[in-house]
Amino acid sequence: MKKLKFFDSTLRDGSHAIKHSLSKQTIADYCAKMDNAGMDAIIVGHGNGLGASSLQTGLSTLSDADMLITAREHLRKTSLGAFLIPGYGTIRDDLAPAIDMGVDLVCVAAHCTEANVTRQHIEYVKSKNKSAFGVLMMYHMAETQVLVNEALKMQDYGADGVIIMDSAGASTPELVSKTIRSLKRSLAIDVGFHPHNNLGLAVGNAYVAYENGADIIDATVKGFGAGAGNCQLEAFIALLQKLGIETGVDLYALFDVGDQIIEPVWAGGKSINSISIVSGMSGVFSSFVPHVKAASAQFNVDEKDIFIELGNRKVVGGQEDMVVDVAMNLAQRRKNNLVEDMISSLQ
Amino acid sequence: MKAKVGIIGTGNIGCDLLVKVMRSDMLECSIFAGHNPDSEGIKFAKKLGIPTTFDSIKYIENHPDCCDIVFDATSAKVHIYNAPILERLSKFAIDLTPARVGYFCVPIINLKQALEQKNVNLITCGGQATIPVACALAKIHPEIEYLEIAATIASRSAGIGTRNNIDEFTQATKDALKDFTGIKKTKAIIVLNPAEPPINMRTTIYALVEKPNMDAIRKSVFEMAEKVKNYIPGYKTIVEPTLENGRITTTIEVTGRGDYLPSYAGNLDVITCAAVKIAEAYAQKHGGV
Repeated sequence: MKKLKFFDSTLRDGSHAIKHSLSKQTIADYCAKMDNAGMDAIIVGHGNGLGASSLQTGLSTLSDADMLITAREHLRKTSLGAFLIPGYGTIRDDLAPAIDMGVDLVCVAAHCTEANVTRQHIEYVKSKNKSAFGVLMMYHMAETQVLVNEALKMQDYGADGVIIMDSAGASTPELVSKTIRSLKRSLAIDVGFHPHNNLGLAVGNAYVAYENGADIIDATVKGFGAGAGNCQLEAFIALLQKLGIETGVDLYALFDVGDQIIEPVWAGGKSINSISIVSGMSGVFSSFVPHVKAASAQFNVDEKDIFIELGNRKVVGGQEDMVVDVAMNLAQRRKNNLVEDMISSLQ
Repeated sequence: MKAKVGIIGTGNIGCDLLVKVMRSDMLECSIFAGHNPDSEGIKFAKKLGIPTTFDSIKYIENHPDCCDIVFDATSAKVHIYNAPILERLSKFAIDLTPARVGYFCVPIINLKQALEQKNVNLITCGGQATIPVACALAKIHPEIEYLEIAATIASRSAGIGTRNNIDEFTQATKDALKDFTGIKKTKAIIVLNPAEPPINMRTTIYALVEKPNMDAIRKSVFEMAEKVKNYIPGYKTIVEPTLENGRITTTIEVTGRGDYLPSYAGNLDVITCAAVKIAEAYAQKHGGV
């Protein structure tokens, strides 16, 4: 089998886990230590990418420019990646400046059924002679054939690969194997997989993707990421080593950055808690957790109920404004129920 | 006498606009122009007995007397090509693409000034839905430091033109919010949701301000929403201005009249109603033309 590629999203997805508060020091130290670790790309930024620092998704402490320039200074061997969701960042305000700052690779992401919104941005990145990867988020929400067709569109736009994101950690291993196999059969470009750990399957699902021919695994050190976190890169590399698969990755470098750089900034640490399991069950974007927590406190509604109702309403990434709406409605519904109960107890 | 209008672009917006023009007492669609003879839109217009052509702008060049007002519902790129032609023909151009060649107009804010122009741009559906509320907020608190909107529309209501112009769409909405309110820092987020059955168009407006006067804000926003409702009947505040999590949050939902796509596609109505409002005002000003 050809060598597996690794995209390190620690400094992008991890941003969700600490409300987008990465510091320059963390980025600098991390990139300096990881430059020789064998990653193909290190992706840096706000959890939702360029131009995504917002009240809707969460404000970032550092600007995109501060993050990218800091990372650039410390990456010589490894490609510097940025992430962009069309509808958040724009070419003029966000993408063009990022490329000027020295980004080598851009992941252009869309909800799994909406690939044609990535055309402009993939074509722009390719016109600047940089690598472009299409990303299909929340892939559990689409039929496999739909997903294949969406991925083919990205291939047509000129993408160098397509990465499938299990954004809600809602995958079963069977779905991973079916999806990756189908994509590999239809696409001429690289296929990648980005797992989440809501149901405790992130490392296992990364392995299933690999077994079915995935070319890229997109993961994070310590599993630092939204919700229950991502596929823990060092555990996955260790698994591959145990199986005698050559990875070219310096496992000890991953341990070091994990223990020395990520652990101190990640106060909560990784855990599969009740709320992340419900998020995975209901198939809701993992990064909604802080918004659900805030609304739960303000409107005094159970976090899990909010997640389940969001799942019923089939919300997609970027719809964090639904959280307040749902929480207010649940609070209102409870109040109505109380009144009903009082009235029926009088009868 | 009704004013004659031409519509170029036969996608979702062009078709929804056509029905609204047909309903108007002051406007009459004299040509519905596309470039693809097999388009669903051309078939739709033919069924309604409207004259159609697949010569697009060329038809208007060749028949300059066919109309006085031209709605352009093509794409940003095509409108940039069409705009100088329309100007040469002395047509009043109402541009529904995010090409931003012309003057940004949100009828409730600057209709009068727009009628002085040769080319009026309607920004985006997100812009039409949120700028009135943004202005209502800025009226109470001109010192707002930051304003943001997030618009969610049903995937089915976003045609290929919108998708190919998603970047212009996002940028134009953001820039127009800034232009209209004078707030230095603005942001626009656009999300497509493919859920079935399709969701109604909704937009949330957030603002950051030191000491918000929530009563005054609520009053200002409600008054504005009522005024917008006069020309966009499905416009409704579903989350009233609320202070939560350190930010002011207001959500607007727009249900469509269901003229071309079903009522979830309020994003069509929000911009086509604005376009018709401008055309009617222009026609009235020029005595039925």
